[in-house]
This record gives sequence, C-alpha cells and structure tokens, in this order.
Amino acid sequence: MQKFVRLTAKACPLALPNVNTDQILPGRYLRLPRSPELGRVLFQDLRRDAAGNLRPDFPLNAPAWRDAGILLAGRNFGGGSSREAAVYALYEAGIRCVIAPSFGDIFAQNAVKNGLLAAVLPEAEMLELAAAIAADPDMPVTVDLEQQTIARGNRSFAFTIDPTSRNQLLNGWDDIDLTENRRDRIEAFKAADRERRPWARPAQP
Amino acid sequence: MSEPQTLFDRLWSAHEITRREDGGALVWVDRHYVHEGSFHAFMQMRERGGALAEPGLTFGIADHYVPTRGRDRAIADPEIAAMVRTLETNAAAHRIRLFGLGDPGQGIVHVVGPEQGLTLPGLSIVCGDSHTSTHGAFGAYAFGIGASEVAHVLMTQTLWQKKPKLMRVTVDGKAGAGIGAKDIALAIIARIGADGAQGHAVEFAGGATAALSMEGRMTLCNMTIEAGGRCGMVAPDATTFAYLKGRPYAPAGAAFEAAIEAWSALLSDSGARFDREVALDAGTIAPIVTWGTTPDDALPIDGSVPDPAREGDPVRAKYLRDALDYMGIAPGKKLTEIAVDRVFIGSCTNARIEDLRAAAAVLAGRVSKVPGLVSPGSTMVKRQAEEEGLDRIFRDAGLEWAEAGCSMCLGLNGDLVPAGERCASTTNRNFRGRQGPGARTHLMSPAMVAAAAVTGHLADVRPLLADRKV
Repeated sequence: MQKFVRLTAKACPLALPNVNTDQILPGRYLRLPRSPELGRVLFQDLRRDAAGNLRPDFPLNAPAWRDAGILLAGRNFGGGSSREAAVYALYEAGIRCVIAPSFGDIFAQNAVKNGLLAAVLPEAEMLELAAAIAADPDMPVTVDLEQQTIARGNRSFAFTIDPTSRNQLLNGWDDIDLTENRRDRIEAFKAADRERRPWARPAQP
Repeated sequence: MSEPQTLFDRLWSAHEITRREDGGALVWVDRHYVHEGSFHAFMQMRERGGALAEPGLTFGIADHYVPTRGRDRAIADPEIAAMVRTLETNAAAHRIRLFGLGDPGQGIVHVVGPEQGLTLPGLSIVCGDSHTSTHGAFGAYAFGIGASEVAHVLMTQTLWQKKPKLMRVTVDGKAGAGIGAKDIALAIIARIGADGAQGHAVEFAGGATAALSMEGRMTLCNMTIEAGGRCGMVAPDATTFAYLKGRPYAPAGAAFEAAIEAWSALLSDSGARFDREVALDAGTIAPIVTWGTTPDDALPIDGSVPDPAREGDPVRAKYLRDALDYMGIAPGKKLTEIAVDRVFIGSCTNARIEDLRAAAAVLAGRVSKVPGLVSPGSTMVKRQAEEEGLDRIFRDAGLEWAEAGCSMCLGLNGDLVPAGERCASTTNRNFRGRQGPGARTHLMSPAMVAAAAVTGHLADVRPLLADRKV
C-alpha cells in the first residue's frame, strides 16, 4: 500500500457540506475500471454543466487549483454510497489529502486503503485556513502525518486521525499481509467458533 | 457481577479474533454478499494471486445492473451486459452460489439475504454496499465496505475494524394509521442529521421498534446509513424467529430451536451504557417527505419548504438556496403544492411485500395521475405480490409492474428519472443526480408515494386511507 508521511501541495477549498460519494463520482461511472479516466470525471456534475462545459465558479476549475494535491472540504465529506471508486477518482485527479471537519465512515476507511489521508480539522480552523488560501491560492500547504499538523506560512494547525489509520498510512501496511501473519489465530478462532456457534454456518437447502 | 453489556458488545466480542495495540481488531465475517459492483475486488484478488477463503460463506446476487424489463431479451447496452456477465464469470470461477438473472431467488441483495435465511441473528455480515446496515434488523452486525475491504474478505474471510461508538435510538409510543417505518426513519434522520450517527453502531429499541414487522425493522436499519451510522440493529425476538422459520438457508428442526436459545441472549442488558441516547415518541410522527438534496431535509407533509431569506446562518442560507434551486421549488412553498412528474416504488429500503401491500392499499380502485414504476425487491416478493393480486392493482392504477433490482434508486441499469423531472420515491437517497443527472427526488414511504401518484402532488396519505382497511 502507498505510504503517506508528508505532503506539500496547493490546497483547494471546497466549502460545501455533505458532499457525498454520488457527487464525488456519479453512479454512471461506476462501471469503469480504475484508470486515469476516473480522475477526469471527478465531481463531474458539480464541475461541469449539463452541456459538459466547466463551471467557472467550481473551485477545482480555477487555474490556481487545477493542480491542487489537497482538498479542503465541508462537514460530512464522502457520506453515502460505499463506492471506493470515489477515492480512486480523487487519487487519479492528483488529490492525496482531504481535510474536513468530518468524513463518512466508509469513505474514511476506503481512503486509508488507498494511501489518501483524510484529516479532521475543526470547523472554525477550516474556515480560517480556507480564507487564507482564498486570499493567496498559490502558497502551498504542508500536511505532516507524523506531527499531525497542517502548516501554511507560519501558521500551523493540529489535525486528528484515529491511531489505526495513522499507523497504516505512515507504515504503508498491507492489510492482507497483516492478516496472513495471524493465520494461526484465525484458525484457532474458527475451531472454537464452530463449537460456540454451530448455527452460524448456512444450512444447505 | 459483570458489567452490563449492549447488544453490540455481544456481537463484537463474538467476532473479534485478535486486536493490535493501536486498537485495530481483526473480526470474523460470517456472510459476504457480492454483486456486480464487486468487480474491482475480484480484480484485486486476481492481481494478487489470492484465492477465495470461504466459498460457502460467500453469496453472489445480481441486482445493481440487472434490467427490470425485457428479461427475455439480451441486455442491449454492452457495458451493462458486461457488468452482469462479469459477476457470473467470477461466481463460477470461485464456486460462489449466485442468485443471478433468471434465478427464482434473484433480487436486491438486502432483500434476498433475509428471505433466503442467509441473514441470521448474531452474524457479522458485510457487502460492498452501504445499505448492508439493513441486515442489522435481525440482530446482526452488518455494515457496508469498500472494494479493498471486499477483496480482503474474499481472501481471508476477516476484516480489520475499530470498535465503533454506541448509540441507542428508543422509539416508544404507538405510530398512527398510515405511519410506516420509513416515516420513523426520516423523523430520526431529521432529528439527528445526515451525519448524526457517524462513527456509531446504532441500536433501535423501544415499544414502537418492537412493534414493527421484520420488513419495517429492515427499513429502519437500512436508513441508518443515511444518518451516517456504521450499522443499525434491533435485538432479535419472537417476530424475528417467526420470520426466519422455514427459510431455505436457516437452521431447521432441533438446530433451529437451539439457535433460538442462543439468539435470545442477544440483547442489551438494563443499565448498559451507550455513548449517545436519542428518544422519539412514534405517536407524534406525521407522514414525512424530503424536500432537498440530503435525507435530513425531511419535514412532515403539512409543512412548507424553508425560506433562505429567513435563515440567519449565511452558510445554511446558501445551502438552502442551492438545494431549492436544484429541486426547482420556490422558497416557503407548501409541500402539498409540489406537483410530481412520476413515482417509483422499489429499492432495498421499501420494496418488500409489506411495502407493496401498503402502496396497493392506497392505489386500489384509484388511478395514478403520473407515470410510475414498481420494481419488487426480489423475484420471490414479485411472485407473492402476484399471488395476492397486487400487480393488478398497480397495473390498473396505470403503473408499470417490473422485475426485481436496484432499478431507479440509482439508475445503473438505465431506469432513470429524466433531467428536471420530479419523482416521489420509496428509495433512500435524494442526492443530486442520484436517480439520473438533473433528477429531483423526494423520499417518502410506499403509502405516501401512492398518495402522490393518485393526487399528482406530494400529499398526506391519511385522508386517502380513511375509508380503507389497512
């Protein structure tokens, strides 16, 4: 898995609350395999009008933020559908970190599995950071997962992330490897469980 | 005496295999449901050279992309056909029992699992679909996962999880006539918000929850994800056991009796502690509809949509303006004055037999003023509805009676609401573009969708039921 330790990049503020995964990647693109194409349709219906033209008022369309590596999002980012392709779309579009006051649980899990950092920053600090970025879009932001800080110029904010996700991102742990290392415990669990819960296996119809 | 435990504590400890120092726990998975959208995970498994760990605990269901009309013909769209075929190929290659197109058990995964008796109390159940929370209605630990986690379950039958926080939602009192589980669910979401249960396992309790049928409990748990919850659950009881008895994959005979004994211990002790408690009185809940673009934009039908000009918070005012603009509704408009263009009865939220009966009770002897589609939750539900004559009621009312699948809830199979059209829908998400680009969705119960159909606008179903036996 892709590690995440530190990133310095331009940050794009997207102030909308409740941007669910249907907005990040509309359902009609779910049949696509993972490819750069997913990055091109990121936020498709927010980013483009019905005729397919870029909406000038959508922040990621602004020249300053087309190459942003960090997204500043509103409360409850990535709620709704479990589609992991929403994370693929962000990643393929070059986004490696999303900062928001809160995230949908499944989105946050999917992000970690793909080396994308979902950093939680309180609403008031989000507003301060977003305002500073809007005033000077070109100044980069540095996100440091070891220190759990977001720094811009001489201003620094502390973000939160749960320790399991932090560990996994910092180490680039592969879940399957972690699990295979515990094969004996799984086998012991299975043996005991068959005794304890004989009803748990499906009956053969 | 040991510490009082919650239902979720009991489910969690029965599945935890081991735990890391940082709190990450490896949990056992009892049932894994896969569908057409799981193709990413099968690809990941292939790339890794992995093998399916437990074919006997893995079940395939074709629902997201299946056609609801013209099943005797080949699927016209080659990309949609490929999605259905890929699931068939993967299921065959890995010896997975598939409820595919043409199978008498085919339907929406969250309808099929329970009706086949695959979903049982005390199980951990996952699927690459957020509405997997539905299965918690049986007292199971059931939650949606992404593709990487689906791949992990395929290869190991386990998952790395953190124990979520606990929330209890107690619904007491008696729901009035015409009030369904969907109204209760929307009332809860309106109260706590679209992210109100984020990070929490939610147990639904109280007399009004216990009074719900299994269908109603499934609707309630299904909508837990629309409040951001990790999973929803109801403690199993006699209603649960009666539903499960005789289901194909459920234990039978003495094994069933023994299972009931074990399942009866799955409850929250009195004095058990929850991180958050919410209480509602079902007697105060009116029929509810959504007006905006998140499920917490929900109001009783006698209300009016908000007016951004009267909103003090500028961020909220902007949201309201954007939502009303997308929905094409004037600020402050009365909900009952909003005309609809079509109706949809279907989805994993509200397409079980009881849902179809509730809609048919309103539609019987009446005609819909707008076109509409009825897609039963499963082929078995469809057959039962036809035995009860419900299909004739829908057809006589002018609605289209179709096959089972996810259909117009998200339109992956081509069942779309045209741009700009307004749909009264029994589904779970009123997100922008959910039912198709530019589509406008109002969520409500099956009875309320029927009321919208016969009046042509959002309407209170209760007067329409006054002369009916429900």
